[in-house]
Amino acid sequence: MTGTFTPAPGRAATRTVVGRQIRMELLLTARRGEAVVLAMGVPLLVLLGAGLTRATNLPTGNRLGYVVPGVLALTVMSTAFTGQAITTGYERSYGVLKRLGASPLTRPGLLFAKTAAILCLVALQLLVLAAVGVAVGWRPEFGQVLPALGVTVLATAAYSGLALWIASLLRPETVTAAATLIYVLMLAAGGIMFAAPDLGAAGHFLLPLAAHAEALRNTLTAGTAVPGGVWAGLGLWAAGSLTAAARGFRWE
Amino acid sequence: MVVRYGGTTAVYGVSLTVPRGRVLALLGNNGAGKTSLLQVCEGFRRPDGGAARVLGLDPVADHDALMPRIGIMLQSGGVYPWATVGEILRLFASFAAHPLDTGMLLDRLGLRTVEKTRWRRLSGGEQQRLALAVALVGRPELVFLDEPTAGMDTEARHTTWQLIEELRADGVSVLLTTHLLDEAERLADHVVIMRSGVVAATGTPAELTAVAGIDLLEVHADAGLPIATLATGRPGLTATEDASGEYTISGTLDSAGIAAVLTWFADTGAQVTAVNTRRRTLEDVYLALTAKVLR
Repeated sequence: MTGTFTPAPGRAATRTVVGRQIRMELLLTARRGEAVVLAMGVPLLVLLGAGLTRATNLPTGNRLGYVVPGVLALTVMSTAFTGQAITTGYERSYGVLKRLGASPLTRPGLLFAKTAAILCLVALQLLVLAAVGVAVGWRPEFGQVLPALGVTVLATAAYSGLALWIASLLRPETVTAAATLIYVLMLAAGGIMFAAPDLGAAGHFLLPLAAHAEALRNTLTAGTAVPGGVWAGLGLWAAGSLTAAARGFRWE
Repeated sequence: MVVRYGGTTAVYGVSLTVPRGRVLALLGNNGAGKTSLLQVCEGFRRPDGGAARVLGLDPVADHDALMPRIGIMLQSGGVYPWATVGEILRLFASFAAHPLDTGMLLDRLGLRTVEKTRWRRLSGGEQQRLALAVALVGRPELVFLDEPTAGMDTEARHTTWQLIEELRADGVSVLLTTHLLDEAERLADHVVIMRSGVVAATGTPAELTAVAGIDLLEVHADAGLPIATLATGRPGLTATEDASGEYTISGTLDSAGIAAVLTWFADTGAQVTAVNTRRRTLEDVYLALTAKVLR
């Protein structure tokens, strides 16, 4: 004789658990659609403003060829780092992370689901921005698209780990302020509208946004390979930030 | 188990065991250490002394193995504010290998009408019921319920109590915290009364309320009987005339004790017009324990 609540515990298949969590993350992102559009607002303004006018000094005559890849890199940072850090900070303060921690979803499962959902969102935003770029006259090269995608995935992972890590360290209000400040600083110094400060090879390691933007300009505008220093720099950032996130991530 | 927050000790050396298929209630005021104790059992904190074993596992080290087997109802929050009731419950159902039917749970907990309502628009009682549904949906062996009926109206509270009784009948072990004495008295096989981080009393509700000297007998009879003589030679009893013709006898009132009291009244030749027995409630025990500290 078994009743309604007779125990039958167990975790669903990992693919199901993580898949359903990714779905929930994307559903909630879609529900904040206005935030997603706003997150693309600044990159669009930069694209049109710096790409089509002589508002800023660029180290090249091909303004769109310089600005559009930079804007793509900026969008990746905006979504994977700033947006995600703020969202995760508030999820912690709402107790959502604690509730998930008290469920069969594991910590690596949650980190994976969050990063995967961000990758989907980044892909969508990049397609839209690249289409706008092409519409106003950007003519990308396609020979090096795969390496371009590769560095973009690395950059997304690096930002995502960094976002989850700082969301674990600070109060949500502080996370919001810090993530926004970093975004503005990178917008100015990250080699998007202006040339990045020339730090030589060290720049690839110090400014991940500038490194990512440079790699996208090399591949998509010039059709040349991704510099080795960029692979190394972004790879280090991704490994370091994901390790920090996995170690430092707190459910509460 | 010992739990400290900075310089403050929330739980000083508490030991307890929940037998399988039984309901244990942790009873205590705010700040008694109930939630701290649960946090350790749920693996959100490491104890500062002692250890917790849940289903034979370490809640922190064996977190991933333990979570699918237990159901946790947190005291507040814990849900995406922009997700609907149905979406949240189905998400947690999808994490389980053999989940309960989510529609059945929504019906049982009176949440069907708010299935498409976003969490932040729910009343406090509805949020609590959803939290309970989330705790149960994975068909756990053991559930931790932190103040499960806080913020619920009377009807929802009774529904929840029936549900907890059904959990017990179906073999689910329950550890719940409450500051509601009637809740503990009705649901629990075993009650642990906590006060300022220590166990003040423990036992079944019957044991806690049947400590010697706590049952009362109220007898209405002729006024002015020499009631003091009733206790003479019966050290277990005390007797007083509270109002004219209304006598209160307390003490060891087992069958022989009651017989002795009534025999005494018969021997005086008085006419007894009413005899009331009053069992001490858990509330009396609880207030007596609290009073000791205040004194």
